[in-house]
Amino acid sequence: MLDVRGLGKVYEGSGRRVEAVRDLTFTVDAGELVCLVGPSGCGKTTLLKCVGGLLTPTAGEVLVGGRRVTGPPPDMAVVFQEYGRSLFPWMRVRENVELPLRQKKLGGARRRGLVADALESVGLTDATGAYPWQLSGGMQQRVAIARALAYEPEVLLMDEPFAAVDAQTRAELEDLVRGLWRQRGITVLFVTHDIDEAVYLGERVLILSASPTVVREQLRIDLPADRDQLHTRVAPRFAELRTHVYEQIQAAKRGTPADRPAEDLKPADRPAEDLQDPDVSEHPEP
Amino acid sequence: MSARVRNLLLRLLFAVALPAVLVVAWWFASDDSTDVYRPPLRTILGTFPDVWTGERLREDVVPSLLRLTAGYACAAVAGVALGTVIGSYRRVRAVCEPVLEFLRAVPPPVLVPVIMLFAGIGDTMKIAVIASGCVWPVLLNTVEGVRAVDSVMSETARSYGVTGIARLRHLVLRAASPQIFAGLRQALSIGIILMVISEMFAASNGLGFTVVQFQRGFAIPEMWTGILLLGLLGFALSVVFRLAERRALGWYHGLRDASRRSS
Repeated sequence: MLDVRGLGKVYEGSGRRVEAVRDLTFTVDAGELVCLVGPSGCGKTTLLKCVGGLLTPTAGEVLVGGRRVTGPPPDMAVVFQEYGRSLFPWMRVRENVELPLRQKKLGGARRRGLVADALESVGLTDATGAYPWQLSGGMQQRVAIARALAYEPEVLLMDEPFAAVDAQTRAELEDLVRGLWRQRGITVLFVTHDIDEAVYLGERVLILSASPTVVREQLRIDLPADRDQLHTRVAPRFAELRTHVYEQIQAAKRGTPADRPAEDLKPADRPAEDLQDPDVSEHPEP
Repeated sequence: MSARVRNLLLRLLFAVALPAVLVVAWWFASDDSTDVYRPPLRTILGTFPDVWTGERLREDVVPSLLRLTAGYACAAVAGVALGTVIGSYRRVRAVCEPVLEFLRAVPPPVLVPVIMLFAGIGDTMKIAVIASGCVWPVLLNTVEGVRAVDSVMSETARSYGVTGIARLRHLVLRAASPQIFAGLRQALSIGIILMVISEMFAASNGLGFTVVQFQRGFAIPEMWTGILLLGLLGFALSVVFRLAERRALGWYHGLRDASRRSS
């Protein structure tokens, strides 16, 4: 569904040349939830903007559903980290969710249906007439999620969506996203700097190197599909996976190559996980 | 009496207290004045109803207000339109900015004789004078407002396909509206000044014309009533403006209050 091939991005300006992303290759299958983690400042946002068609890469290409991305693709929705700056404060919740649908030239009844359904699925039926700034941070991010859902995207990009909300709200929103993903079968690319969040949410975690960014490792998260905050987070397997990701990120910060095999991560009673991209040189051989 | 009502009355008291004190002070200070040029307030107020009869209102106040409305509206439309273009493109801004700074620095009243040369002394001249003075604050504030559109909002709009006219209508103009209104508010007071001045130069009716006529005819109390009426008119217009602003910018004041409370 989402194909990133040899993506690179170099910023050039005022005599300075900054290579933010060097060479990224990965795929996200239809209906998959993939988390991207990396050390802070590793070009996650640059990557996401290239995927979302908001930035033009200097090398490589991004394909969504087989079509090359040259601008924001019509079947992709984005949830930004800064919910307060992403929702329009002069529009009520309903209007915020509806605006992109007007641009899609959908009929009035269809629009109302999609808006009501999206707001219901994030639990905001009562807040449709409120302004975003009358809501708490968590509720505002729910509105942004509803706007993305109503857009009926094939691919949903989430750029550190819960970095600015408190821990309890964050846990609720994580469950909400996982629930919606399982319900609706959307392809989700979730960027985060929170390792626990990445392991808890993802079916697969892509660990990025420090800038200039490459994919350091692709890790399949073999936790059961039914996850909850109480049990999943204390499961031994969860601890193993998060420790591994944590070590990798620390190593990425130091700049050591990803040479540590993930051998000890394989549960003894399970066959080796085959990773999605055998041609990604950065992932360790099982 | 509920706290709400008491609060309202208190605010009303605060609002009218100083004007009342000033009027009373003026009343007593001028009461025994024999100076022809500074007649007692008693005389001025006594003259007021005789001067500003229905006919005068129709023949002097209404034309003045129509000129003001026309000039102000032209300035608002032109200022917002040009300001949006200039604010949206960095190159255009770089080219226009020095010229704008120069034109803004020219005091609008000096344009009256110039505009008279090609627009004559009719209503067109007055409307042109008012518009040419009012346009600058609207234009410059719009430029600033459009420039300052939030980058995340801009990216949101782009990624959800809100582009072109829809982007202008739902994002750019709305985001710039607090600044645009600040410009419109400045322009309103400039407009009233220019309305009076243009009528003082050359006119056969209007408020500015009438005040000058009274002064030239040594009808001093009548002249003072004209000044009072202009003050009241300016006050009334600013109240109307504030009501309109509160309607259009309700979200902005709410947002500001909300962020003030949380910080």
